[in-house]
Amino acid sequence: MKEYIIRLVYVEMLGHDASFGYIHAVKMIHDDSLLVKRTGYLAVTLFLNEDHDLIILIVNTIQKDLKSDNYLVVCAALNAVCKLINEETIPAVLPQIVELLAHPKEAVRKKAIMALHRFYQKSPSSVSHLVSNFRKRLCDNDPGVMGATLCPLFDLITNDVNSYKDLVISFVSILKQVAERRLPKAYDYHQMPAPFIQIKLLKILALLGSSDKQASENMYTVVGDIFRKCDSSSNIGNAVLYECICCVSSIYPNPKLLESAADAISRFLKSDSHNLKYMGIDALGRLIKISPEIAEQHQLAVIDCLEDPDDTLKRKTFELLYKMTKSTNVEVIVDRMIDYMNSINDNHYKTEIASRCVELAEQFAPSNQWFIQTMNKVFEHAGDLVNIKVAHNLMRLIAEGFGEDDDTADSQLRSSAVESYLHILGEPKLPSVFLQVICWVLGEYGTADGKYSASYITGKLCDVAEAYSNDETVKAYAVTALMKIYAFEIAAGRKVDMLPECHSLMEEFLASHSTDLQQRAYELQAVIGLDAHAVESILPSDASCEDIEVDKALSFLNDYIQEAIEKGAQPYIPESERTGMLNISNFRNQDHHEASSHGLRFEAYELPKQTVQARIPPASLASTELVPVPEPMYPRESYQTTTVPSVSSDAASTELKLRLDGVQKRWGRQTHFPSTSTSNSTSLKTVNGITQVDGSNTANSRTRETYDSRKQVEISPEKQKLAASLFGGPSKTEKKSATGHKSSKPSSHMVKSHAPKSSMEVASEKTSVQQPPDLLDFGEPTVKSTAPSLDPFKDLEGLLEPTTQVSSAVNHSSTAAVTKSPDIMGLYTETTAGAHHKDSDILSGLSNPPMTNMVGGTTTMQVAQSSKGPNLKDSLEKDALVRQMGVTPSSQNPNLFKDILG
Amino acid sequence: MGIRFILMVNKQGQTRLAQYYEWLTLEERRALEGEIVRKCLARNEQQCSFVEHRNYKIVYRRYASLFFLVGVDNDENELAILEFIHLLVETMDRHFGNVCELDIMFHLEKAHFMLEEMVMNGSIVETSKANILSPIQLMDKAS
Repeated sequence: MKEYIIRLVYVEMLGHDASFGYIHAVKMIHDDSLLVKRTGYLAVTLFLNEDHDLIILIVNTIQKDLKSDNYLVVCAALNAVCKLINEETIPAVLPQIVELLAHPKEAVRKKAIMALHRFYQKSPSSVSHLVSNFRKRLCDNDPGVMGATLCPLFDLITNDVNSYKDLVISFVSILKQVAERRLPKAYDYHQMPAPFIQIKLLKILALLGSSDKQASENMYTVVGDIFRKCDSSSNIGNAVLYECICCVSSIYPNPKLLESAADAISRFLKSDSHNLKYMGIDALGRLIKISPEIAEQHQLAVIDCLEDPDDTLKRKTFELLYKMTKSTNVEVIVDRMIDYMNSINDNHYKTEIASRCVELAEQFAPSNQWFIQTMNKVFEHAGDLVNIKVAHNLMRLIAEGFGEDDDTADSQLRSSAVESYLHILGEPKLPSVFLQVICWVLGEYGTADGKYSASYITGKLCDVAEAYSNDETVKAYAVTALMKIYAFEIAAGRKVDMLPECHSLMEEFLASHSTDLQQRAYELQAVIGLDAHAVESILPSDASCEDIEVDKALSFLNDYIQEAIEKGAQPYIPESERTGMLNISNFRNQDHHEASSHGLRFEAYELPKQTVQARIPPASLASTELVPVPEPMYPRESYQTTTVPSVSSDAASTELKLRLDGVQKRWGRQTHFPSTSTSNSTSLKTVNGITQVDGSNTANSRTRETYDSRKQVEISPEKQKLAASLFGGPSKTEKKSATGHKSSKPSSHMVKSHAPKSSMEVASEKTSVQQPPDLLDFGEPTVKSTAPSLDPFKDLEGLLEPTTQVSSAVNHSSTAAVTKSPDIMGLYTETTAGAHHKDSDILSGLSNPPMTNMVGGTTTMQVAQSSKGPNLKDSLEKDALVRQMGVTPSSQNPNLFKDILG
Repeated sequence: MGIRFILMVNKQGQTRLAQYYEWLTLEERRALEGEIVRKCLARNEQQCSFVEHRNYKIVYRRYASLFFLVGVDNDENELAILEFIHLLVETMDRHFGNVCELDIMFHLEKAHFMLEEMVMNGSIVETSKANILSPIQLMDKAS
């Protein structure tokens, strides 16, 4: 029999239905033989879920087995309890399980704890009085039971941290004992003492110490010990290290621990193993919240991961980027995300990344123009996956503009939106949400700037309505847009010629099955028949953001209601009171008793019909009397407009959909452009070349490592740019000074020559001057082993001094510097070549650990630099171009160091 | 919850052992196994052993012809799970002596018993090989 049941398990496992045999498995658990019994239990746990009908047959056997003298039988039953007991049957076994907590066999105690854990998961209230047992079992003298107890405690603490603060000391001392190898050898795994218990404990400590300084202080020593003791050459050691990092990043920050964590992360990231890189990226994402500056050291590694063919790693990196997005790097990051989004076809992840794009774009968008373009891209590629709210946001933005009193900018924005939409309409298949936005914008602003004729726009709109003829919402938007355009035309006093296709479309819609479409079509017809004055007051141009006052109380109906009540109608019952009643009225009459037995008593029930009547009047009346819009001459039309919720230029729609207050606030940051760049942008452009050159100088002066030249070629320009744009620009420095920095940013020497210019620059210089030692401190140990123990940085600085002096004169006139640059470069390459000749064996390429991390921000530049060697100018120009286009053209590099310094 | 399911699948994509810690219907299981097995088998040695799938992650490890796949929640320590798989294999190795796919096929219940000892309610509860194996050995002796 046992063999048959196992075959049956197989059958199910391979995806075939085996329900005919379930009953035999249930019978098997009655067997006397232990092995057969346990196999039976195994089979039922695999076959049945806790709500299966056969469970009731099993509960009795479980009860009996829980009382068995043979502890293995008890264990088998407890296994089944964990899987098969549902909320209703918990009381049937609970007392026995509580008894078993004191069982002499540790295996039984452990499983009993886990059974309680299961009950807690199922229904926390059923075991709430037994929570103290978990605490008691934590002190069990069997490590297995203690380890198991951590599972329920973890859940309990996740749900309610504060009640368990007193256990911090216990957890810390347990962790300490574990780390000191006080547990039996049997728990060791690859020379690590009970790593899984350590990990669980660290997870718990992370919860307990989060934003609790006092609790965290108790943990510092033990976590520091574990950092030191962990063997980072084995997987399990790294697993514990990773958990330590998570813990450190969750508890109250401690500089020393953060440092160890950063060390561990850099070891992860430098590893060849993709698994460790993945963990490193994840850990970086956690730590970055506390110390954002550590990202700088790892930019190259991060970019490598981003470009790795491994999808998992890529996603993780995007997650990291998402966490470190700032207003300065948002453009690059979002562009990357969108590219990636286009390349995948997993809808689940696509939705996620689309919503992240939207979120980032909303939070950090540097300009509205960019925002609109970004949103267009997102909609185009993932439109159906995006929340409709996002579309409304976009419409609102276009309608309201910057929120500044700059009408020309607004209208520019709109006409550029219109233009881009007309262009996009050429694409074959667009998502519905996006089409709605397009229709709305075209309707509202299509003819606003006079660039496109009404007939052109209406033709386009008709095309849309025809092309997407099975999408009612899009059609509705299109019709409304048509109506608006015609209305604007009429209001402007021009004669309106309806296109033939528009006519046929209208005819079709007038007979549409959708009442909404029909309604809109009739409205359109009516509007066209009116004179200019009337139309203007119905659909005023560009009024989508005006507030429309709606008399919510419908006070004008009071007389009517009064009258009705006098005639004997029931007074209106608010919806909140009514809902219960409606539920009941769904039942048949004889269900009355039931309803009342549930405690729902509504005396008014005898007169259902009258109640209904009384409720109806406001609505049914509206068509005749409701005139909320101040346009008494055309009551019918104005009423209609109010009922079309999606015409956001009108009436109640503001109420319905543009509930986006606060959006504007998120946009507050966008605007350094108009103020600063007007004055500087011209000069900026001409200067751009120099900026570049200067940048390269920095790189030169900082360079002290050499890469295998072949490898270098592979990494460089692209990544350097990316790195610069991702990590470069923290938003700390004032943007206004950005352009000033630009020319001064490069190297400290450069800055010196510029120094008198402004105090701001001096400040920035200081930061960058201070930087080098820092970097070196970090890098030193690694360098020693490989390079001759010179302080390469200083050396190079010295070497470069003359160069800079030579060029410093030149620096004043910006254009000259461009021409100068190749020379500097030449000088530089010589020096590096000379200095680091012997290092060739460390040059295993970009994965070469020592350099990647110690040079941090500078490395990237330098790497790019040295690789560019021959056609330096070319790549510089390219670089310049990219910065101009892809990145906020201000402040990446000057702030690089600032960021590191905090 | 931590661990959501543990699967052992051979190179041809046939399931050799499946244990779920949350209830899924037969259909759901079949669909899920198909999807993730396809995903994991397509990956090469250099790529990392973690795959994100819907709202959870899969940690997998390959031993000769057999893939061990563990589905975990998003906040689980992936490396630890990777090592947990290895611990499971070591434990089976100790019991069967140089374990192979056939051992698991023909002693499916034993493999399940070991899992039952090691994981309960989706959490790792026992990592000492002696503790894991002793009930199984006792049962063998008894019958």
